[in-house]
Amino acid sequence: MKEIDLMIIGGGPAGLSAAKVALEAGLKVMIVDRNMSLGGQLIKQTHKFFGSEKQYAKTRGFDIAKRLIDKLAVHKDNLEICLETTAVGLYKDYVVTTLQGETYTKYRSKSIIIATGASEKVLAFENNDLPGVYGAGAVQTLMNLYGVIPGKKALMVGSGNIGLIVSYQMMQAGIEVLAIVEAAPKIGGYKVHAAKIRRLGVPIHTSTTVKRAVGKDQVEAVVTVELDEKWKEIPGTEKTYETDIVCISVGLSPLHQLLSMAEIEMRYIPELGGLVPIVDEFNETSMEKVFVCGDVIGVEEASSAMVEGSLAGLIAAKRLGKEHPEHEARLDDYLKQLSDLRNGPFGIKTRVGLKKLRGVGDAR
Amino acid sequence: MLDKTGVPTDSLVRSRFPDTSFLVKPKAILECYEDISCNPCATNCPFKAITIADGLNSQPVLNPELCTGCGICIYSCPGLAISVVQIVEDKARFKIPYEFLPIPNSGEVWSGLNRTGERICDASIINVTDSKRQDKTVVVTVDVDKKYLYEFITIKVQK
Repeated sequence: MKEIDLMIIGGGPAGLSAAKVALEAGLKVMIVDRNMSLGGQLIKQTHKFFGSEKQYAKTRGFDIAKRLIDKLAVHKDNLEICLETTAVGLYKDYVVTTLQGETYTKYRSKSIIIATGASEKVLAFENNDLPGVYGAGAVQTLMNLYGVIPGKKALMVGSGNIGLIVSYQMMQAGIEVLAIVEAAPKIGGYKVHAAKIRRLGVPIHTSTTVKRAVGKDQVEAVVTVELDEKWKEIPGTEKTYETDIVCISVGLSPLHQLLSMAEIEMRYIPELGGLVPIVDEFNETSMEKVFVCGDVIGVEEASSAMVEGSLAGLIAAKRLGKEHPEHEARLDDYLKQLSDLRNGPFGIKTRVGLKKLRGVGDAR
Repeated sequence: MLDKTGVPTDSLVRSRFPDTSFLVKPKAILECYEDISCNPCATNCPFKAITIADGLNSQPVLNPELCTGCGICIYSCPGLAISVVQIVEDKARFKIPYEFLPIPNSGEVWSGLNRTGERICDASIINVTDSKRQDKTVVVTVDVDKKYLYEFITIKVQK
């Protein structure tokens, strides 16, 4: 079995940020990622990011990924990157099993950072298995990574930031977005994102959801229906759109499976997106020296994922006896950045969720 | 209304315009109506004309005395929520962010759209910039009739 200092599972914004700080502190690091390249979801984000300069605000997502990856280059002697490699097992004795192609490998890692991110939620409706019903992430992958448009006309289901951004990106790719429907009574994402789509003539219908997709071999139309204040369908409000894409963007759930496998203590926190590990203030789980960062500990923005990653790298290094030369200053800085990023109205869910998770404060 | 439709009300829009006496010179219009964790407009303004109360989570406020209308904020705003406007005789001259193809050329006439995407007027393309630091957010200078000052928001190619 291969012995390593620190294994980071997931090479997205959180994992890459964790790697950088841990490498600076002198750890030997391995990053395992199931995708063909590092960067996680950032590599298909073509829009400019929010936040402040420290989180690369106003930089486009794929450029943020490049910067995070480039910063690891100086540490290449202490860094091993395993791409197209899936961590399929995590055990109580710090053994991680990976699968690359048809080869299983076992590692024992002194510390482990889980940065697996989140996966898209699905939506149950009639014919949701017809070709042409896509998750928003798949649409982004096709368009922004592979340069393939998934169809000609689209109905977007969900008005969170992903739904709004992917609608905009579909329009940039030349797809006609017929409408955005949102089951909640209010638009979920940033109003600036909503406004920049609305001003191009795309209507946003709140209190409306998808009833069924229609088609024989693929989506040919989609039927929507309005919802009352109790989220019950209002008969007679059905509306049919002729379309070949129904794009689903109804939220994300933390990818908790590895944590659950190691019997790490978990709790279901709706505000954080689902099942998340119970952690201390530095995101250390009930399994000593196993840390989490990014969407796996609560669905948020890439900005906070990067800061959480840096924090995890910093603490992991200290716990392995290789304190980062700027430990104290960095610790203060990361905690302050996180608190600043969560300080606005959009941070409420995370603030409430984390309080519930840690069982302190004025949790609802 | 903004919450449900993505369209700000007329009074909300007007609240972001300085007094028209300022508009003899170009001034930034900050159409950011929500407290989100974001500050590049303020940190990138070379004239310190944009203030965010707590530094990150409040809506930006423009000091029209300090704003020169340079337009750096237009492409610094990740939400594409900033334009610059000046009144030039009977025209309102806007600088707006634009991220679609085709990119307009000066001299062309495009459709001017309001905040719900309806065509309201002709929009004469005066200038187009696409420098490296704009990072692919093209800034289009466009003239529309002055009476659309509070309605015009973007352009669409004429079919």
